[in-house]
Amino acid sequence: MSKQINVALIGNPNTGKTSVFNALTGLNQKVGNYPGITVDKKHGICKLSRGVKAHILDLPGTYSLNASSLDENVVIELLLNKNDKDYPDVAVIVSDVENLKRNLLLFTQIKDLKIPTLLVINMSDVMKRKGISLDVDVLEEKLNTKIALVSTRKGTGIQELKKLIEQYKTLPKKQCLDASTIEPAYFERLQKAFPNQDIYKLWLVITQDANFGKVSRQELDVSKFKTKSTSELKRLQQKEAIKRYQFINNVLKEGQNIDRSKARDLRSKLDRVLIHKVWGYIIFFIILLTIFQAIYDWATFPMDLIDTTFAGIAEWVKSSYPNGGKVTDLVAEGIVSGIGGIVIFIPQIAFLFLFISILEESGYMSRVVFLMDRIMRRFGLSGKSLVPLISGTACAIPAVMATRNIENWKERLITILVTPFTTCSARLPVYLIIIALIIPEGYIFGLSYQALTLMLLYLIGFGMAVFSAYVLDRIMKTNRKTFFVVEMPNYKLPLLKNVIITVFEKTKTFVFEAGKIILAISVILWVLASYGPDEKFNNAEAIVAEQYADLSDAKIDDKVAAYRLEHSYIGIIGKTIEPVIKPLGYDWKIGIGLVASFAAREVFVGTLATIYSIGSATENESIDTIKTKMSNEIYEDGSKVFTFASGISLLLFYAFAMQCMSTLAIVKRETKSWKWPMIQLIGMSAIAYIFALIAFQILK
Amino acid sequence: MNLTIADLKKGESAVITDSSSNDIPLKLLEMGCLPGNEVKLLQLAPFSDPMYLNVNDSFLAIRKETASLIVIEKINE
Ligand SMILES: Nc1nc2c(ncn2[C@@H]2O[C@H](COP(=O)(O)OP(=O)(O)OP(=O)(O)O)[C@@H](O)[C@H]2O)c(=O)[nH]1
Ligand SMILES: [Mg+2]
Repeated sequence: MSKQINVALIGNPNTGKTSVFNALTGLNQKVGNYPGITVDKKHGICKLSRGVKAHILDLPGTYSLNASSLDENVVIELLLNKNDKDYPDVAVIVSDVENLKRNLLLFTQIKDLKIPTLLVINMSDVMKRKGISLDVDVLEEKLNTKIALVSTRKGTGIQELKKLIEQYKTLPKKQCLDASTIEPAYFERLQKAFPNQDIYKLWLVITQDANFGKVSRQELDVSKFKTKSTSELKRLQQKEAIKRYQFINNVLKEGQNIDRSKARDLRSKLDRVLIHKVWGYIIFFIILLTIFQAIYDWATFPMDLIDTTFAGIAEWVKSSYPNGGKVTDLVAEGIVSGIGGIVIFIPQIAFLFLFISILEESGYMSRVVFLMDRIMRRFGLSGKSLVPLISGTACAIPAVMATRNIENWKERLITILVTPFTTCSARLPVYLIIIALIIPEGYIFGLSYQALTLMLLYLIGFGMAVFSAYVLDRIMKTNRKTFFVVEMPNYKLPLLKNVIITVFEKTKTFVFEAGKIILAISVILWVLASYGPDEKFNNAEAIVAEQYADLSDAKIDDKVAAYRLEHSYIGIIGKTIEPVIKPLGYDWKIGIGLVASFAAREVFVGTLATIYSIGSATENESIDTIKTKMSNEIYEDGSKVFTFASGISLLLFYAFAMQCMSTLAIVKRETKSWKWPMIQLIGMSAIAYIFALIAFQILK
Repeated sequence: MNLTIADLKKGESAVITDSSSNDIPLKLLEMGCLPGNEVKLLQLAPFSDPMYLNVNDSFLAIRKETASLIVIEKINE
């Protein structure tokens, strides 16, 4: 039986571990030029030669084996637990050629854990541009390892890496630093107490930050060696770092040569503008404006195309199965237009993903963190909170996970709690359709009113996030020191392939996830709308005929359908909650949309489509788009349902309400308690209700 | 009073002489904020906070509060 080789990719953040992982496994995990893109383990398989396979593990980046945030802890937990099923046979340290010195610190630590260790020096394509030359043989000898010089951008060195992985058993085992030289007496006592344990591992277990490292505490009782004060331990840790850097500097003195005069410096030129005290902020604002303008203007053409296509499909369903009755209606007007209601937003959502992905890949994201840290801090957040808040405009779920690299628990928790206020892509369909209904077309300074309204909604979401962070910061008390260290990566030309993959994968997930829910909810709605509990539902025809004896047949049919819907199960639900939502300017049909939206807000449009189609019996020659249906919707007295007042009220409701089960689930997972997601659900919905109420009462 | 990184002006370089304060995050030490290493202040955000540094070949941003714990000696050129 061929055994799989367990390989773990380890390295500092942003050195290209995921890029190497993708190159080895052929998978498409997300890559980005920001430290902390990968926050969890990712698995993949790589075929080496002769039927030997390697199981590759991609890990979050870490600067050392002392975790100072949650994502880093994943690595330490794995390496200190030999029983973990993913415990590596060989550790592949992925390093960035431009900062070998710092990258090697982690390398020496892992080597001292006596794990067979390989060194990948990645980004070798930039060596010439930066005037770096390496003597690989000398480095291999001094570091007691094998080195693969790789460039995932150019695709070089991957084959060599595979070969080295396969021969991992021949890797030299020699350590880099004898840990006991840090403080001989102390380490001697330690070794005596645990004669069977590796001394360096013991040291790591003792010194882990109690807030993160829970490693092997149960299995190894080191408590009596905690006799040293924290400051004493810290002094020893500093000593360790100094010793390691001494070793590394000696190695690099012989193995590396950097000719700085050859280095071309893009970084300082760009930084001078992009994080300038004034220009930096102006540019950031212009970038945001461009994004919204693009979402509106550039996306119209493909959207019109999709719109006509889906109307075509719905019509085709109707004409192909004319005798299907209610089922045909469900498929044609409920499901097809419901899904069309999502698909139509693909161009806009893809644009959004495209911009976020470019911001991430270029290295600009860290600059935003730098620009905004001080401002964010006033609200109890960290500059790093901005990354979840920005990527939350795509989806709150990955955004909540992205908070894992915020070091401070309180800042992280607040970020998690307020992230769902940012306008995620699921809100877009609702916003866009309502904006189109109530905001006139027209331009001011070349920007359309509708685009500006959308931007305003994003700002409102963001403002509410920041404001509630401020309130939470005041309420929650902690005495833990906050700290903040962020690396500023090099600027990079975004790799087209990475950008396209990210946009494609994310858009695909969005459509399929939303599609599934819409399908399920359409069917549930349809069932609930097709049956009713009592006489009124079953005898709708007779009752209506009696009431409106003087109407034409077609009109009567319409009235019957409407009457029936009102007295179906779903109608009863809607009518029951109507008193609660009436003050917000909604009728009971919108109420049903709201109820359905608590599962996921993107179903709102589809829900209305289903309900409106069931509620009318008229056989139109052409099928109306959802938008037309909505604008034709009237109350008994003939006034429109979607007015400026009720539209603004709806926009605000969707801006603030917590309407996403998946986000609640992920928050529960990340905070390990139901308390926080419940606070979110209740708090956000209350805020939404109050704002919608005020808006409608003022505007009506 | 000792000079610290927080006292540096834009573009100035210095050598770290002491980074043993308890409140300096370990991560910063491991990134190379150690005695003997050179540090250069590249840029400042408004109100000099955070500070954008080059230490030990790494480019980092830290808050002023932390920077004021790292003792330095200016390089006279
Ligand atoms: N020039 C160059 N850039 C590269 C190379 N490999 C990766 N990159 C870029 O480096 C950045 C980081 O790549 P990732 O693969 O996300 O790095 P990572 O180590 O997984 O990062 P984290 O998950 O955040 O720790 C991306 O912008 C990549 O496009 C390379 O060989 N050459
Ligand atoms: Mg990664």
